[in-house]
Amino acid sequence: MLIFNHSRPGRRTAAHLAPEVPIDLPAGLLRDGDPPLPQVSELQVVRHYTRLSQKNFSIDTHFYPLGSCTMKYNPKVCGQLALLPGFQTRHPERPARFSQGFLACLCELQGMLAEITGMKEVALSPMAGAQGELAGMLMFRAYHHARDDRERREVLVPDAAHGTNPASAVMAGFQVREIPTDRHGDVDLDALRRAVGPHTAGIMLTNPSTLGVFERHIAEINGIVHAAGGLSYYDGANLNAILGRVRPGEMGFDVMHLNLHKTFATPHGGGGPGAGPVAAGERLAPFLPVPMVGRGESGYDWLVERHRPQSIGRLTTWAGNAAVLLRAYVYLRILGAEGLGRVADHAVLNANYLLAALKERGFTPAFPDRRATHEFLITLKPELEQTGVNARDFAKRLLDYGFHAPTTYFPLLVPECFLIEPTETESREELDAFAEAMHLIRREAQHNPEKLHTAPHKLPVRRVDEVRAAREPDLAWRPR
Amino acid sequence: MSNVPEDLRYTESHEWVALQEDGTVRVGITDYAQQQLGDLVYVELPEVGQNFVSGAECAVVESVKSASDLYMPVSGEIVSVNEELADSPELINQDPYGQGWIFEVQPTDPGELDGLLDADGYRELIEGEAG
Amino acid sequence: MLARIGVASIDELFDEIPAGLRSDRPLQLPPAMNEAAVSRLMLERSLGDTPLLCFAGGGAYEHHVPATVWELAGRGEFYTAYTPYQAEASQGTMQVIYEYQSMMCQLLAMEVSNASLYDGATALAEAILMAVRANRRSRSRRVLLPRNIHPVYRQVARTLVTAQELELVEVPFDPATGLLDPQTVAAMAGEECAAVVIPQPDYFGGIEPVDELVRAVAPSGALVVGLVNPLAMALLRPPGQWGGAEGVDIACGEAQSLGLPLSSGGPYLGFLCCRERHVRQMPGRLVGRTVDDEGQPAFALTLQAREQHIRRSRATSNICTNQGLMMTAATIHMALMGGAGLRRAAAASHRATVELVEALTSLPGVEPLFDRLFFHETVLRLPLPPARVLEALEGHGILGGIDLSRAYPELGDALLVCATELRTGEDIESYRCALGRVLEQAA
Repeated sequence: MLIFNHSRPGRRTAAHLAPEVPIDLPAGLLRDGDPPLPQVSELQVVRHYTRLSQKNFSIDTHFYPLGSCTMKYNPKVCGQLALLPGFQTRHPERPARFSQGFLACLCELQGMLAEITGMKEVALSPMAGAQGELAGMLMFRAYHHARDDRERREVLVPDAAHGTNPASAVMAGFQVREIPTDRHGDVDLDALRRAVGPHTAGIMLTNPSTLGVFERHIAEINGIVHAAGGLSYYDGANLNAILGRVRPGEMGFDVMHLNLHKTFATPHGGGGPGAGPVAAGERLAPFLPVPMVGRGESGYDWLVERHRPQSIGRLTTWAGNAAVLLRAYVYLRILGAEGLGRVADHAVLNANYLLAALKERGFTPAFPDRRATHEFLITLKPELEQTGVNARDFAKRLLDYGFHAPTTYFPLLVPECFLIEPTETESREELDAFAEAMHLIRREAQHNPEKLHTAPHKLPVRRVDEVRAAREPDLAWRPR
Repeated sequence: MSNVPEDLRYTESHEWVALQEDGTVRVGITDYAQQQLGDLVYVELPEVGQNFVSGAECAVVESVKSASDLYMPVSGEIVSVNEELADSPELINQDPYGQGWIFEVQPTDPGELDGLLDADGYRELIEGEAG
Repeated sequence: MLARIGVASIDELFDEIPAGLRSDRPLQLPPAMNEAAVSRLMLERSLGDTPLLCFAGGGAYEHHVPATVWELAGRGEFYTAYTPYQAEASQGTMQVIYEYQSMMCQLLAMEVSNASLYDGATALAEAILMAVRANRRSRSRRVLLPRNIHPVYRQVARTLVTAQELELVEVPFDPATGLLDPQTVAAMAGEECAAVVIPQPDYFGGIEPVDELVRAVAPSGALVVGLVNPLAMALLRPPGQWGGAEGVDIACGEAQSLGLPLSSGGPYLGFLCCRERHVRQMPGRLVGRTVDDEGQPAFALTLQAREQHIRRSRATSNICTNQGLMMTAATIHMALMGGAGLRRAAAASHRATVELVEALTSLPGVEPLFDRLFFHETVLRLPLPPARVLEALEGHGILGGIDLSRAYPELGDALLVCATELRTGEDIESYRCALGRVLEQAA
């Protein structure tokens, strides 16, 4: 039932309403009647949206091992402190001298993220990982143009990369060339050597890669690209796995983004908001987007175009998703260096433990000779061949067992795959229970495959008809 | 098993091509291709009058979770498109060689057809892919 | 756990990282704090900045947000869920998105809405890119972007679209009114362009002659992008009805005024709506209503082949993470307020600004810069440089508006002021008194 179906003419909650005032504008400018939004009471709204919320899986209610998404628990205090009234009511045009507390947090956050990444400077404004990527690609472009090296129009992207990588490169005006992966999950170095040249603007890489393994030839890769005159971009989606162990700056990257909503304490909000700060080394730092925050004699202040003349410019109306930035700040202050190291240690421990538990139960790792990083890939191809049950069926049945499904069918290189990321915040018991559920589901697949083909059975809806949704798009309710 | 009619020509990118009596060629995607893609939900058709060289991307077929390009099997001008597909992309799933045809081309060089695969050649190709 | 994995230590799990790359020193970060200590630190920082009574707008507005909005949006089941990729386990989020899409379509009189973009500036940039893709009649890559649109929106659009070789052409405003002139727009659109952006209200708060503007663009074949304040659309004619039944092709903007706190400028909520015929060029997520295997109503992400996770380098945009939680809050806000509630908030804001202008222009040397109607924001000419005035007002606890002299030097000593429904007669009187004193002291 939609909220519109609860609507009755004239129903409203008086306490929300501004006083009725006479309107002095000509009728020709005015809307013909009030917009046909729902007319419901506050209680109806509360019940409706509370009930909808209960139809979701979430971190607060379920294990959510969605590979590549880092669905970890985020301490509630981070959100609470980011929303203190002094921060929440701050108008973005409030002058810097009346915003010192806020700016201090941002400035310190820039410094902490630079330290964590091994980069020179950090700009906080990009509002999501993909916007950080776009900033990085625009910085590639600005750097080459500043050197009058305008023929570098091609960005290299491994075939296993997130879809945002090639999409961001294209938005920045580049062409994309895919680089294949070898059978151990590393970038194919020979193919890379053949691909680079005077047309190469640079490469975009995630490490650990989306295949759940650490790219061992990273120094060589960056060496090859740099020798060809290109730059290298680090997609920080998987940073959780290496915090305190290795820094992208030391791996040879020139610029990167961080996903604060994955690694640094912002829940995903059902799709966002996130924040994708960009960190850059010596060569690319001058091109970082504005505004940034600096500290001078009169305190903290915004750094804008006139302070950063080579900047690629602005990507956001103001300072980006400020409240997300404050959450990350609080998180880092709580953890400190030691706590941050524990994040990676336990994320990697949990992933390797769950991999071991699944191997014991006969599941097939995609890269059996490799360590798991913070996540790992298994393939359900043997199960499909034996029982006709595919990864999608497994995923849907996991929901019945009370587990959110791992990422399925990504990366495309591995057939019938599950990309599993347990994160550091799950207990050993939860991991054991998940492995056991996988085992039970495989038994069901052997004895009663139909039950899996038609799963889920215990959720608010049965399997959703996505074909109909696409063939006959119904994208908005309309009055009668 | 996929249906591979004997009287058609094929491309390595899974289009079928039929030479018609008036000298135009009709193009669609093969039964194998439609099985691989699953339920199709949308077809982006070329416009009549557009010219393409062989190998050029000229249309897109979408399933729920994929989008695949169609490549021009022979150079030429689009003379007709299957308007039915706008409302019923499922025709490609139901009848890929019949009602699910996608467009017709006036080829600039009909000799290009000789370079395409015949039914045996295409069967070999898809057996290789499936293996 | 280590025994089960078959290693002796956690360090061993990292042995695939080449030794030469591993960090040889601990990170230099401030020492860890407990929850009590960090709470105290943040409270101090948030309280350290004196409160200011807000008369600034410029794209971020202080409106009332019912307590229920964030009480519900903040529920863990919404807040800690991921993007709804597993449809059956995400029906709550998806139905909220579908309701949001429906409400935005109702509010703006449009046919399709996506599930959100980052903010107003990026929504404008995406709308421009979309319009160029969607305009199949024109090969032009020129887009008309009026000068009376938010200066930072124009900068962001420039950053985001120039790499794709689009040309943004500035349309001047009438210096007497601050509004766009339909004849100028018609002439500029006639010189081959793909799209024209029309604001309502414009950055100065002015109510644009949108019907005439849309009709002026029509003969050129350019698509029309309406950049609107959605709250204003509860009172003013919505973009789907501009210029007659046809309306605009795309409507976009910033929806912070629908239930989101000021929060230093973010996270806010970019929105994008369009006509059905353009939907395949739309960036961002869409939810559709469908059925499940038993024929019961259900919701699913749809038309995904436009998006980066499927189309990769040929996607309509690179956007993935959006502003889902803000979208949830805006949906709940619209449900609570209803059409009448939003209209009353809009009308009361307009009324408050009329009163503010009357009060402030009673002072010597303060006068309206433009002769035209405005929504809830307008420009005043001051007898002194606005930067000096604003600084002095801050001493009286007042955030007096936005200094336009840097972005619009041609306007002279111009100040953009705004009052929402939250500004009472007393607030306005305080502003008038403070400004009076500031001007007296300077004289």
